[in-house]
Amino acid sequence: MVVEALIKIVIVLLTVLTAVSYLVLLERWISAWLQDRIGPNRTGPLGLFQPLADVLKLLLKEDIEPSQSEKWIHWLAPVISITVAFSVLAIIPFGSAIILSGKSYSLAIASNVNIGVLYIIALTSVGVYGITLAGWSSGSKYSLLGGLRSSAQMISYELTLGLGLVSVVMLCGTLDLGGIIQSQIAGGWNIIRAPLGFMLFLISSFAETNRQPFDLPEAEPELVGGYHTEYSSMKFALFFLAEYANMITASAVMSVLFLGGWHVPFLNTLGMDPSLLAVLGILAFGLKIFAFIFFFMWVRWSIPRFRYDQLMNLGWKVLLPLGIINIVITALEKTYLLH
Amino acid sequence: MLTNYIPLALMMMVAIGFGVIMANLSKWIGPRKPSREKLSVYESGMVPIGTTHERVSVKYYIVAMLFIIFDIEIVFLYPWAVTFDKIGAFALGEMFLFIGLLFIGYIYVVKKGALEWD
Repeated sequence: MVVEALIKIVIVLLTVLTAVSYLVLLERWISAWLQDRIGPNRTGPLGLFQPLADVLKLLLKEDIEPSQSEKWIHWLAPVISITVAFSVLAIIPFGSAIILSGKSYSLAIASNVNIGVLYIIALTSVGVYGITLAGWSSGSKYSLLGGLRSSAQMISYELTLGLGLVSVVMLCGTLDLGGIIQSQIAGGWNIIRAPLGFMLFLISSFAETNRQPFDLPEAEPELVGGYHTEYSSMKFALFFLAEYANMITASAVMSVLFLGGWHVPFLNTLGMDPSLLAVLGILAFGLKIFAFIFFFMWVRWSIPRFRYDQLMNLGWKVLLPLGIINIVITALEKTYLLH
Repeated sequence: MLTNYIPLALMMMVAIGFGVIMANLSKWIGPRKPSREKLSVYESGMVPIGTTHERVSVKYYIVAMLFIIFDIEIVFLYPWAVTFDKIGAFALGEMFLFIGLLFIGYIYVVKKGALEWD
């Protein structure tokens, strides 16, 4: 079991690391495309070696620890960020169980974890520490402001995230991600059963991953680089990696919770081979994740940043009451409509 | 059942290991030429004034306190949501009472102006 888990971990991490490096390139392409520029095209064919060049450059840079920083915490913050970003991946089911030579293998690193949803919520909360400690320990005013802002922003939107999740748990009656997918296969995707919950979860995911229009923690025009102003070399790269890994994780979680994970409607009625069905399921899951990531990037290059008071007002005065109302709606829907 | 959690712990250990190695990698293979100017914090090119360990706007503490209150209430909703199917109309009434109380508290917070940023 340990060996099986380790093999899965290595596969997932390698996939995610490759995906992240090419997502950075993709984001630069998309931004160039949306702004009618050309984008990176010099490093290798079509600029495909750009991620490699970026990583090598960051690797060979000097590691600067500012004299006013709290050295140990300054080092710890990016480690926390990356640990949280990777750990959530452990419970994502990437496909239905596949059967190889009579033995069934589940395509999640940790399957049948009956607290799945709580695990996600708990780790997102820990993720706040990475950014807040980075801002506090750097000893720079820009970093401090970025860290403070991010802590307030992330905990505010975590409430909405949690409320959106409650409606999913109510509809599916389980906290296990595999169970949530099974329930959606039986009763329809949650995006149809709880559209308001999906909207709330989507908006707060943007805030939790610090993406535009909620990237106040690193707002360049006012805060230079925000919480990572004083970071260089691989420590900076870890924050960068964590941001993109978080984007992948958030997209995967949204696909599982609201879009049925690896489920494709009506595909199992065609009478296809089970192993082909499983492969198609994995591909469908990848496609759903990619669609969300593209949406994240599209929004980033289209919508201006919120002002801080607007951001807090949206979180506390619009989304939080909507989240509470959403629970009431879902409860009534479940009691009177779906029975 | 608890064996299901072993992979989670493994994943966390691998992730921590990855983070620790990466955070030290540049220190090991990168150049190291520190100077006083390079190690001073960035303040738009000026000589840094004072430290960052000063007073912080009280608004952040209020937001943090409100977060704890509301987050705990949301955590209470999870067990209810999981067993929602089995306990039926009684739980529905009970939870509406709970959410109603939560909402009254929320209105109090808003009326007190705890969420105003200016």
